[in-house]
Amino acid sequence: MSNPLMQGSGVMLGAQGVWRYFGDFPALRDITFEIEPGACVALLGHNGAGKTTLLKLLARLAAPQKGTIAAPPLTETGYLGHGLGLYEDLSAIENLRFWGELHGAAEEASGQWLKRVELDHVATAPVRQFSRGMRQRVALGRAFQHFPKLLVLDEPFTGLDERSVKLLQEVLREALERGSTIVLSSHQIPEVMALATRTLKLDRGRLV
Amino acid sequence: MIAAAWQIARKDLRQELRSKESLNAALSLTVVLLILFSFAFDPAAEDSKQWSGGLLWLVYSFAGALIVNRSFARELMNDCLEALRASPVPSSALFLGKAVACFLILMGVELTALPAFCIFYDVSLLGAPWTFIATLALTTWAVTVLGTMFSALTVNLHMRELMLPVLVYPMLIPPLVAAIELTRGVITGEPASEIWFRLLIGFDIIFTALAVALAEVVLTD
Repeated sequence: MSNPLMQGSGVMLGAQGVWRYFGDFPALRDITFEIEPGACVALLGHNGAGKTTLLKLLARLAAPQKGTIAAPPLTETGYLGHGLGLYEDLSAIENLRFWGELHGAAEEASGQWLKRVELDHVATAPVRQFSRGMRQRVALGRAFQHFPKLLVLDEPFTGLDERSVKLLQEVLREALERGSTIVLSSHQIPEVMALATRTLKLDRGRLV
Repeated sequence: MIAAAWQIARKDLRQELRSKESLNAALSLTVVLLILFSFAFDPAAEDSKQWSGGLLWLVYSFAGALIVNRSFARELMNDCLEALRASPVPSSALFLGKAVACFLILMGVELTALPAFCIFYDVSLLGAPWTFIATLALTTWAVTVLGTMFSALTVNLHMRELMLPVLVYPMLIPPLVAAIELTRGVITGEPASEIWFRLLIGFDIIFTALAVALAEVVLTD
């Protein structure tokens, strides 16, 4: 597929005939879709269906062996995978400033984010002292603070308490209101469906 | 690219100064080996000035392996390497930043352990201090640039601690030979051939260019 972003066709994200193999095993089989700007797409499927593999292709962490992916550049993408991407020895604010600088976020964005997720009182504490929920809230800032056009989130609700789930839903809604496009996978269907404008379902590497 | 590389280097240095993981290990290994070698080989022997430089570089290269081993391995916790690859930082900047951080950490270890070497082996490096400092900087860069490249290559291997020295040491023979010859010249006061400096400079330029050019391939899934 020629890159629709380049053609100004209004498509934010797309895949055309994408195949991705692990050895001889096809993890993704002939995936084709288009996502319009401002959509919130829930990527559903059982474990091993290929959700993480597809999200990594959309975040340009890997390339398809067959087919093409059209996606915004990395400067306009925020990605949160299974790992949180936080450095244990650095404080919350140091982590966010580091990732913010790499993504070209405004200098004050890190402090504002910690305030938004109610962690400004522990901004200078090392991340190693944080609970899972607190880490997840900091990690979201890594993906969100530069206001990307595309957010790719792999099971962002996993391991979150009720309060953190609510907070995540709020910041995702704010991102949608800003015009961001979101693609997220999750096993927590009610939480995701409260936000999703569209679903894509994967079964053994195929879109169904 | 330079700004991004410096951000990576600054982050690595900050992490290392907080955890002191490789700093403590490399410094204690360096001092312990220098002490042990001073018992194994008689520093008072007439020919000690001929071989003490060789021992110094052997010990420094062991310390270097410890430091570069952590370079990319520290990015595995919490999948930070994946997050870096998903950021707009070019792979070459990521590689350069890590190499610069390793270089500064290893230089710190080498300079801290240097007085111990001078005392235990009764040698003075003040006869040609600039020659020694240039040798130290060029050889340390050779160790870190090659070591960081192989640290990236072996980061996902289960036996990376074993694989890294096996791959790196054979390739470090030319710069280490040059460093040994130049250090021998500084210690004995006999000027070493200029060819060793040329070898070090050539090695550094070639492997830095190669590592920067191949960084994208090495770090791509």
